[in-house]
Formats: sequence, C-alpha cells, structure tokens
Amino acid sequence: MNLKVLIKIFRKTRDYLTQGWMIAGLAIVILLPFAIGAGLYIKSHNILVQHSFWDLVGSTDWKPLSGKFGLYPFILSSLWITLIAILIALPIALLSAIHLTTYAKPWVLRWVHPLIDILAGLPSVIYGIWGVIAVVPFVQQIAEFMGYKVSGYSILAAGIVLAIMIIPFILNILIEIFRSIPIELTEVTLSLGATRWQTIKKVILRKALPGIISATGLGISRAFGETIAVLMVAGNVVKIPSGIFQPGYPLPALLINNYGEMLSIPLYDSALMLAAFMLMLIVLFFNVLGRYTIVRFEKRM
Amino acid sequence: MNTAIRIRNLNLYIHNHHILKNINVEIPANKLTVIIGPSGCGKTTLLKALNRLTDLSPDIDISGQIFIGEEDILHTNRDITEIRKQMGLLAQRPFPLPMSIFKNVAFGLKIGGRRNKNILAKRVEYYLKEVNLWDEVKDRLHQPASRLSIGQQQRLCLARGLAVDPKIILADEPTSALDPISTQAIEQKFAELKKNYTIVMVTHILRQARQIADYIIFMHMGEVVEHGPAEQVLNNPKEEKTKMYLQGVFY
Repeated sequence: MNLKVLIKIFRKTRDYLTQGWMIAGLAIVILLPFAIGAGLYIKSHNILVQHSFWDLVGSTDWKPLSGKFGLYPFILSSLWITLIAILIALPIALLSAIHLTTYAKPWVLRWVHPLIDILAGLPSVIYGIWGVIAVVPFVQQIAEFMGYKVSGYSILAAGIVLAIMIIPFILNILIEIFRSIPIELTEVTLSLGATRWQTIKKVILRKALPGIISATGLGISRAFGETIAVLMVAGNVVKIPSGIFQPGYPLPALLINNYGEMLSIPLYDSALMLAAFMLMLIVLFFNVLGRYTIVRFEKRM
Repeated sequence: MNTAIRIRNLNLYIHNHHILKNINVEIPANKLTVIIGPSGCGKTTLLKALNRLTDLSPDIDISGQIFIGEEDILHTNRDITEIRKQMGLLAQRPFPLPMSIFKNVAFGLKIGGRRNKNILAKRVEYYLKEVNLWDEVKDRLHQPASRLSIGQQQRLCLARGLAVDPKIILADEPTSALDPISTQAIEQKFAELKKNYTIVMVTHILRQARQIADYIIFMHMGEVVEHGPAEQVLNNPKEEKTKMYLQGVFY
C-alpha cells in the first residue's frame, strides 16, 4: 500500500468521524427536550397513578399535608400574570418598533439598540428588587385610590414587572422584523397615494403580522416561565386571584419555593414534578401555537 | 415637443456625498425616456427624487427645482400624497402588497376614497386587462398576490400603479428580475402605454434602451453627460464619455 492510498483512507475515516460527531451533536440537541419532558413525566407518574390528571389540574385544593394537590390556582395565576404582561408589553413594543424603524432618524436606533440589549441582559432579580421598591407601592396606591385596601403584592404588580422584562425581548424581535421589510414596499405604497400612516397600518403591519404573532408567542413563552422577579412581587398566596390587585401564586414560584423542602410528605415531590411538567407543556403550547399561526398565515398571504 | 418634467439645477447630497450634480434636463411628455449610465451614477436617486421618495431618508439634502407641469414639486404647498399619485412607480423587483390580487389593484382606488364595489370590480378588471393579466388571474382574484410568478407580479404592480390614474410612470430597471418573456411583455406594454403616459425608465441594459427609448439621458458620476432623442444619443453621441459607454468601455 502506498502513501497516497493511506492518506485517502485516513481522510475518509476522518471525514466519516467528523460527520458522525456532528450527527451525535445534533441528536443531543433534538433529544434533549424529549429527555427532559420524559424525565418530568416519569417523576410525576406516582401522583398520576393515584389521582386523575384532570382532578389535579382542575382542583383548587392545595393542602399537601392532607394529600391534596390542586394545581388550578397556580396555573390560573400564571395565565393571568402572563396575560397582563403581554397586554402591557405588546402595544409598547409595537409602537416603539414602528417609530424606531420608520419615523426616527437612524442615529436614534443606533443609540437605542445597545440600550435595549442592556435591558434584555439585566439579571431578573434586579427587576424583582425594583418591582418590590417601585411597582408594588405604586400598585398599592392605585388600588387605594380606587378604594381597595391591599398590600400591592399582586398579579398586577407581577404583570407590570414581567411586561418591563419582556419588552426589550419582544422589541428586539420586532425591530428585526420591521427592518427586514424592504423599503421599496413603503415606496410603492406611498406612490399609490397613501400617507405614511396608511402605509404602516395597511401594508407594513400586515406584512409584519406573522412576525408580530411569533414575537408574541415567544414573549408569552418567556413570560410564562420567568421565575424570580415574578415570585418577588406576586404575593404568593394560594388562591385564585379574584382581581388584578389580588395576590397570585404562579407555577414557577411554586416550584422554587417548595422544591427541596418537605419532600418527606408523600407525593409532594411528584406533585411538584407534575407542576413542572405542566409548565413545560404550556410553554410548548404557546410556542407551537405561534409557529402554527405563522405557517397558516404565510399560506394565506 | 411638450415637456412633462423639467429639472433645474438639481443637487442632491447624502451626508456629504454629492450624488446628483447640478442636473438640468427636460423629459418630454408622452414619450419613453430612458436613463442610462453605469451603476452608482445616480440614476435611481434621480428617479426617486421625481417622486419625492427622497423625503424618506433624513440624510438627504436636496436643492433645485423639479417642475411637473407648472408646479415645482420640491417647493409646493400641495399635499405630497397628491403629487406622488400623479406618478406610478415600478420597482426593480415586484413588490406586491401583502394582500389578494384584487386588493392590490384596488388599493390605490380605495385609499383615494372609492368604495363602491361594482365600480372597484370594473376598474380592477379594466387595469388587469390593460396589462394582459386578466385571463391568467380572473379565476383567482382573491388569492394572495405573492402566489403569482415574478413576471405576473410585475405586471400586477404595473396595473396597481395605473389604477390610480397617474400621468407619469417611473420605472426603476423594471425588468431586471424578470425572465426574457416577461421582460418582453413589459417592454411591449410600455411601448403601448406611452401614448397616454409619460414614461421614465432607468435601465442598464443598452439593448433595452436601443429597442424602446424615444429619448435618452446618459448619466455618469452624478452628472447628466448627454441627453437627447434616442437616435441621436445612440448613433451620434457628442460626448466622449457617451461614446465610451456605448462601446462598452465601462459599465
């Protein structure tokens, strides 16, 4: 065998091996979510043997010591907080993104962009602290003004803090979306006699709609899973919130406050795993919903 | 010769780059005027200035006068949307609006305040026929415009522009993204349309200029080097630069 053949074999083997590694890497990435999901499911299996899934999800009775694990208040708290956060964050992010990409001078965007990145990168505990010292008293005063006597720790406070946290995240996506729309589309629309605002309203927003839906979906996913900051201002009372000034107890807070403690209580750890599993499913649901809507929309356009 | 557009001492800067240098030129009415020149010479910028799309960029400084009819559109009190409506714009690639074929053509009409459904339907049909697209799309008017082929999309964009009843058509290399057959369709359409419209087209394809131009403006480095009737500029150019460009010395 001469050298050339040897080199050839060596190269082929190396090629084969590197390719193998790539596939292995890819496989890990693909399998990871399934592995996590499966792990959570197996761990929560114990409780599902004794109680039906819908009983657990639909029940409001949370008394671990007497073996009652109703997750409904937590799920509902999370949904409320997320809804409030999105309702506040989306209009603000949308208006800012439109302004930054159409009306504002280029230097404004150049300055604002790093600022948004900084906001997006702040540790969530900072938002939490700020929520406690600023948002909670603010909410308390508003409530007082409206005739409610509350502490301020509430799903509204959590929603506001969460909104502030996801605004930079959503805004960044929206800016990219609006920037990817070619300027020519604006030019041709203007040349048809449309005003600047008509152009934005009837053409640009429409063109951006799949992106806006996707940004909202990702924003919801992120908001739903956010833990620390929300936990610090939500009040954490196990009760279905009866109004926006009432405290709530979101799912992630339930996990972080209780996991590791009192695990000697039978089925407690399994119930928390089920809560984690639910959290994962809900986040997944919003993600898939967002993507599915985009696909449907793109087919229609 | 009737003049549709008269440009006087037009200077345009982007930041501090002198993009258009003291342009003085007349564009004849109901003729097809072609602006030729190497890439980066300011052809497209000049075209966009005619429509004041240059307003969109805050970095642009513009001075001089552009008369459309008797009106200097750079210094007028009239609403800018009214001015733009006089000019249909055809871009390098088709940019269909994100809506159905029907709504694309009806868009300008609706914005202009026409709401009567029967009239809209008739107008849409008329303009789609005008660009020879009707037979291809009449059964799927309410499908998204993005599903049409590129060539069909560009004809749709032309129909959409014609529907607002402009006097002038501005076209920026309208065939550069198209296949030869669609290109021919657009060129033929232009040859017909010039009876009723003043057409200003930017191109870098000399063949196209030779084939359809009535009047030629040759630009180089932001200046108008030579302009005149097509025959004269193409066959007997006065300027050395024009000769060199026509011989293919530079592009």
